[in-house]
Order: sequence, then C-alpha cells, then structure tokens
Amino acid sequence: MIAASALDERYDVAVVGAGPAGLAAATTCAQSGLRCVLFDEQEQPGGQIYRGITNSPFTPDTVLGDDYWRGADLVRAALDSGADYAPGATVWGLLRPEEVAVSMSGVTRQIRAARIILATGAIERPFPIAGGTLPGVITAGAAQILLKTSGLAPSGRTVLAGCGPLLWLLAWQYLNAGVRLDAILDTTASANWPRAARHAAAFAASPYLAKGVRLMLAVRRAMRIVGGVVEIKADGSDRLEAVSYRTRSGKLERLSADTLLLHQGVAPNVNLALSANIAHQWSDKQLCFVPRVDRYGATGVPHIAIAGDGAGIAGAEAAEARGRLAAVAAVRALTGEHLLADEERTARRSLQTYERGRAFLDLLYQPAADFRRPRGEVIACRCEEVSARQILDTVALGCPGPNQMKAFLRCGMGPCQGRFCGLTVTELIAQARGVSCDKVGYYRLRPPVKPITLGEISGLPSNEAAVKAVARE
Amino acid sequence: MMAAEAAIQAGARNEYDVAVIGGGLVGAAIAWGLARRGRKVAMLDEGDVAYRASRGNFALVWVQSKGAGFTEYALWTRHSAEAWPQLAGALRDDTGLDVCLQQSGGLHLLLSEREVESRANAIKRLHNQPGMVPFDYEMLDRAAVARMLPHVGPDVAGASFCPLDGHVNALRLLRALHVAFQKHGGIYFPERPVERIEPRGGEFRLHSADNAQTIGAQKIVLAAGLGNARLGPMVGLNVPVRPQRGQIMVTERTAPFMPYVVHTVRQTDEGSVMIADSVEEARFDASVGSAVLAVEADRAIKMFPHLAKLNVVRCWAALRVMPKDGYPIYDQSKTCPGAFVATCHSGVTLTGAHALALPPWIDAGVPPGNTFGAFATRRFDVPAIN
Amino acid sequence: MTIFVDGVAMPARDGDSVAAALLALGHAACRTSAVSGAPRGPYCLMGVCFDCLVMIDGVANRQACMAVVRDGMRIETQRGKREYGT
Repeated sequence: MIAASALDERYDVAVVGAGPAGLAAATTCAQSGLRCVLFDEQEQPGGQIYRGITNSPFTPDTVLGDDYWRGADLVRAALDSGADYAPGATVWGLLRPEEVAVSMSGVTRQIRAARIILATGAIERPFPIAGGTLPGVITAGAAQILLKTSGLAPSGRTVLAGCGPLLWLLAWQYLNAGVRLDAILDTTASANWPRAARHAAAFAASPYLAKGVRLMLAVRRAMRIVGGVVEIKADGSDRLEAVSYRTRSGKLERLSADTLLLHQGVAPNVNLALSANIAHQWSDKQLCFVPRVDRYGATGVPHIAIAGDGAGIAGAEAAEARGRLAAVAAVRALTGEHLLADEERTARRSLQTYERGRAFLDLLYQPAADFRRPRGEVIACRCEEVSARQILDTVALGCPGPNQMKAFLRCGMGPCQGRFCGLTVTELIAQARGVSCDKVGYYRLRPPVKPITLGEISGLPSNEAAVKAVARE
Repeated sequence: MMAAEAAIQAGARNEYDVAVIGGGLVGAAIAWGLARRGRKVAMLDEGDVAYRASRGNFALVWVQSKGAGFTEYALWTRHSAEAWPQLAGALRDDTGLDVCLQQSGGLHLLLSEREVESRANAIKRLHNQPGMVPFDYEMLDRAAVARMLPHVGPDVAGASFCPLDGHVNALRLLRALHVAFQKHGGIYFPERPVERIEPRGGEFRLHSADNAQTIGAQKIVLAAGLGNARLGPMVGLNVPVRPQRGQIMVTERTAPFMPYVVHTVRQTDEGSVMIADSVEEARFDASVGSAVLAVEADRAIKMFPHLAKLNVVRCWAALRVMPKDGYPIYDQSKTCPGAFVATCHSGVTLTGAHALALPPWIDAGVPPGNTFGAFATRRFDVPAIN
Repeated sequence: MTIFVDGVAMPARDGDSVAAALLALGHAACRTSAVSGAPRGPYCLMGVCFDCLVMIDGVANRQACMAVVRDGMRIETQRGKREYGT
C-alpha cells in the first residue's frame, strides 16, 4: 500500500481500478517485471464485485457464496506481486498521452505511464421510477456493499425489485444471512424469453446455468416473488412509505415498505474512457455504450487499453481474463518479446468459458422499455431533477441530442456527470426521434470525471504560456 | 417529432423569406427578431456535437473596456447593454422563461498595483478616443472593492467598475430564443449543416448533405460562427474569423456570495460558480489543458479565497468566434444582395442589438445611416497596389 | 465509537462508511437537495451518484459513502447549497 508521496513519477503500467480486471492486470504486469501501479478509488481492493473482501464480517462458506471468495486469491496475488497499490486514489483525468491525473488526500499528482489499463468496471443501470429519488430507495448494488463491508441489511419492510442475475444473487445472500424480504418484484420482461431462448443451449453449457438454477430455486422456495411486474412506484412524502406495483394483469397493488432495493442490470462506467476520446458504440444487446476494443482490450487511443466490465458487461471471471490479456499486450509491447503465451492461452480459454451463456442472460434480462424510458414527471436526471416530460418537450423543440439537451435543461450537469441519466436521456431522445441510440450519441465528457476542488486544480503545474493566456493585464 | 419535420410533412413548401444559417445566440436572436416582424423564417443548425460558442461561453453582459481602437463598437456594445432589459422582458413575455439578467454592475478585479495602473490607463485611453461617448465607470481601491464584495481576498488590489455590466443565464437565453422563435412561427432545422449556398435568380438555395430537401430563401443571414469563413465566399463575402480557445470551470452550487459580477468569476442563478478567463490561439482544438486551468484557479482563489474548497464538477474549452480584428462583422454582400453576415465574439452582450436592431436592417436591406458601415467587411480589404 | 449526527451522540462501528453508519441508525435521508430542497439519501453507496452528500467536521458536500467513521466525527445534514466557508 502506498501513499501519494511515495508514488514514482513514472511507471511502466498504470492500472485504474482494483476489481477483478485491475487486480489480474496489475499482477501479471508486476510478475513479469514491469513497474506497475494500481490506482483504487476505494480504501480496500476488490472493486465492487469483491467489495469488502479483505475485511468482510463474513467468513468463507457462509452467506456470500464461493464466487465471492475467489476474489480473495486475486487480491492476495496483486498485493504480493510487487505492484504499487494506491488506495484512496481517484483518477480524474487522462490529460496528456501517457499521463494519469490522480487525486489522493486532496492533492493531485500527474503520473506518467507508458501503458494505461482502464479497469473501472460497471455501475448500476439507471432505474427511473416515480418516487425513485425518495430516501429509502437504494440500489441492490448498494445493499450488497452494505452486506459485504458492514454486515448490514435493511431492517423493517423491504422490497427488492427489478431483474438480472445480481438481483437473485442478493436475494440468495440475504436468504443465507436470514434477512427477510417482504417481496421480490420481478420485472423480467416475458417478451424477452423467445429471443433469449435462441441462446439457451449455450447457456445450458455454461457455468451460469447450474449456479443460477440453484440460486433461484432456493430463493423461490423461501421468498415471495411477484412475476411480470410492469410498473413500479415508490410512494412517500419525505421518505419511502410504500411501493406500488402493477403486473400484466393490470391491477395496482400496494406494499408498505421502509426500503426499496432497485436493480436492472449494470452498464460500463464510461466517463474516464470517454473523456480520453476513446470511441464507443451502442450495444443493442446490452442497451448501453461500450468502447471499441480489440481482443487485447486496446482502444483507438495509443497505449490505453480497457479491461473488465468497462469494456462490456461479462461478469467477474471474464473481467479477470480480460485483465490478464491487457497485461499480456502491455508486457509484450514494453519488453519487445512475445512472452506469456501460456497465460494468454489460459485467459482466452477462461474467457470463452465465461462468455458462453452471457448472450442468454443479456437478452433475458434486458430491462423492459418502460423501465428504461420513463414518462411524465418521473425524474430522469437525479442530480438536476429533470423529468422525462421536460426531456420529451425539448425534443419537440428540435433538440437533437443529449449535449444540446444538457445545455437546455441541465440534465447531465450534476456531479454524477450523467452516470445515472445518460442512458435514459439518450434512449428517450432516440425513441422520440425514431432514430438509433448510436445516431443520438451520448454526453460529451471531459476531465475531471470526478469532482476535484478548485484548490487542488490551482496546485497543478502551470507554465509561462498558460500564465500569458490568463493574466493578460 | 420535431417541429421542422412536422411542418414539412404537413405540406409546407420549403421556401422562406429569410433563412438564418446558425442556431446559436447570434442566429437565434436575429431569427427571432425577424419572425416577430412577421417574416417566414427558417433557422438551420448543426447537430448535437459541434463547435458551439453559444454553449460554452461565460455569459457576461459587458461594456467596460470594449471598443479600444473602434469607437463604433464601444457605442454598439453600450446600446446593446441598454437594450438588454427590454430583450429579457420580451423573452419572458414570449416564453415564460426568465433568463435571469442581472445588470447591477461588474468589476474587473486586479491583483497587483501594476495591474491596477495598467487597467486605469487602458480605460482612460478608451475614453479619450475621438467620437467616444464615455460610459460610467470608476476605478476602485481595495477598500472600495471590499465594501462591494465582502469576501475578496487580501491579494485584490483594486478594480474597474461599470454599472452597466452584468450577466445572464446564457443557456436559458439560448433556449428562450429557440422557444420564442418557434412561437412566432419560425421553423427550426437541426442537423442541417449547409454544404453549399447557391445564389439563383436573386434568391438562395441551401444544399445540405444526406439528400436533405433543399431550402430556398429570398434572403439569408450567415450566423454560423466559425462556419462563416467557409460559407461567406459562396455569396461574395469575406468573413475572416478564427477560433480562439477559452477554458472554463464550474463548481457545485453554493449559497450566494457575489452581489456583483466579476469578469473572471461569476456565480450563476443556480448557485454554481463559473471561473474563466483564458485566451489561446489553439486552432480547432477544444480540449482542456490543466496548466491554464491551474492559473485560472489560482487567480480565482486570490480573488475569493473560500473558493479553494469548492468542488469543480466540470471543465470545458470552447472556441470563441474571433474576427480578425476582434470586432463584429455585419455586412450585406454586394455581389449577392440579400445575403447578410452577422458574427462576433460577444454573442451574449450583443444579443440585445442582434434581436432588436439588426432585424429591421435585414428587412430593409440597407443600414440606417452609416452606423453599420464600420462593421462591414471592406475594412479587411487589402488596398490595391498601384 | 461515538459519532455526532446533527449534534446528537450516536454509536458507530469501526470500518463503516459514514453512509453505512447513518443507514444503520435508521437515517434514510442525509441532505436536502440544492435544486429543490427535496430530501435525499444514499443511493448507490459506491461513490458515483452523489446523493449521499453530508457535512463532515465542518466541510460541506462530502460523499458519506466514501468517508470512514472516526471517533468524535461530526456529521450534519447537508441542507441545500453549500454555505459560505463550509
């Protein structure tokens, strides 16, 4: 573990993010003799999927499941590899080629690295529902973080709503921990089954089937599940008091609730990559923007690679494999030798195994359109409190895309920088205009991708040209 | 669906009295002004991602120090600033939107005695220009500044103050102009960059890529910012404009602390603080550079020390549309009468003039008196060598 | 350990984030929005939503999910816009 002052000026490889992809990449680079730094925004390694693994209140074989504990080996290997592990380090910009701007304890350093591997992973998909900003509404990912790091679970009446593998995983972990859920509202769209079924054979042959079936059976036996949910509202004045929902049958039901856990999948955290002008494209399968990368994670920007869920959602094991592959490419580029052939073979085999079956999951758990494109007063941009209606009215004014929309309505101007509204805004505009999401595009992002104090910016190095450009008296 | 497509589907012919090329602050102000006068107006715009000075500016309505070496510009600026309240009121009437004009005065803060002296001399020279109508201003010492802006830091040595100066919510202004334009029957064409202007029989046909339907107009106004340099020659207009980069930071919202606007630090009506002001000749490179941001941040903190703690949530660089000599260009083509150009780098300050004074000129086709003569393109002509 | 939430002494556990500590105490809301004054609370717990802003030891707009509790820490509801000097 390393403090800001102990960071070198220059490394061979800088890895951003300490989830499975980042941990694997840093390990492989350092074990191959490269000087490597691993920047982690959190204080402990593991990213989100292995969150809390170094100081979990749970022991292996209880509650969290075997997949989670695999992370412990990854973490140990990375910490033992010789890479510099820098916790509490927020990488806020890639301002110049081969340079990483990183903030630690309120001071920014600009660290040079011949190769940069972005492993910033994924974030929860937006899940815009009426009342979704009420206190008491949190994401399933948030609930997992509370469980993993603090052993905390909601007391009181709790409803879990949405779709996707992580939803079932959380429910199963709660089951193991004896946490009661009043209901699971399953929003899996029945229309998805036929398209997903085409990939059922691959899914059946994948590691996900057995795991998934076991999980879901246990949860279904023990908990109340409402299927075919097509509408959800969070009700309450100052905080959540009830959850209303409607199934396909059309009847509105109401459940008293103190906590609502929402989840409808994850999407790549694209802000740092976009701010570095890395090209992205819309994925019709995963309904999000993904970077254009080759089979080693190389982007169109020289010396920057992306590994893990940030390159497209594929799960923890696939992320680890991609981290290794990005590292292999970096090692070969910097040593000039075709090393690590075995590591590459192993990683590609693993990738093949763990990518098999994803198509089925991607298609089955595509959130239904109504949950991706809200209507009326439902807040689409949480930071600036911009509603779906305002966005649609502004499309009618002739606003063609999210950047003009941002200028007119302020959506995307808050501190989250569009992480929780970008996909919603792009999809709303695309549907209203009848064009593709690729054509509509996404917010134009620039550094800092996380807020930095003005004081910290004033401490960055300047030069004579810069002074002349500003102080012109 | 969008207004333009709906109009065309409803069978409207794609012919207009005036087509304004450019949907930024200059184009939208002129287009609105013309639509209000009952003209049938089309406003053509680029797509979502483009060099848009109108989305990246510092939103000042600024009079002091404008027009050194060009008296007409000083007068034009002042005229526009004085017309601003009328503009804001008309927009509110038309759209219900408040552009939050604040014109209680602006300070140009100075961080050393040398800067104070330099500034005082510059303004004096400006006022001594022949034909200049002096505007109200005052050189303030540190104590006077501190009375007006209680939170200034110890490095602030003085300021020049002008009671006509202020600021506005420039993004809401752009939105209001668009809403008001359409309210008066204007037709907006987004994603319609003009590839080629074809003068034909005293009128104009505007061709875009993608087989989009040609738009015809009896008159056109080039208000396409940096694009004017390429479009101008198509109608016999020489419009020497170049990009000049400026970088801006914006902070999280904070409680109001600035009763007056400062030329490089302004607090928006939402509460966020915007920090500028830099000038770089960077061609078309609109990327952010940390060295310039560092200097801007340093000066802003010297002006208001508490700003150091605020979180900067966004930075951007925008390209000013800078005419060759820095002054606006307004002209009508001699070879293609009916083709006008309007371009400047002070699109916010001059919105008053653009919305209220230019449209009658464009309608009439001739400038009243010689007022606009100084802004014509002939000032760039290289004299013939005999 | 003891933390102070809006001036009231409360228990907290070593290693918990401020957000986790507040949620454990039953505080679903931790601020009122600077845009509309609506009550808001932690949402994503991973540092990307900025809904969990609180004042910690006199410094405003700190993400509660990214700060770890310390003995004696003073946590206050972030009421609207950041005040001058905080």
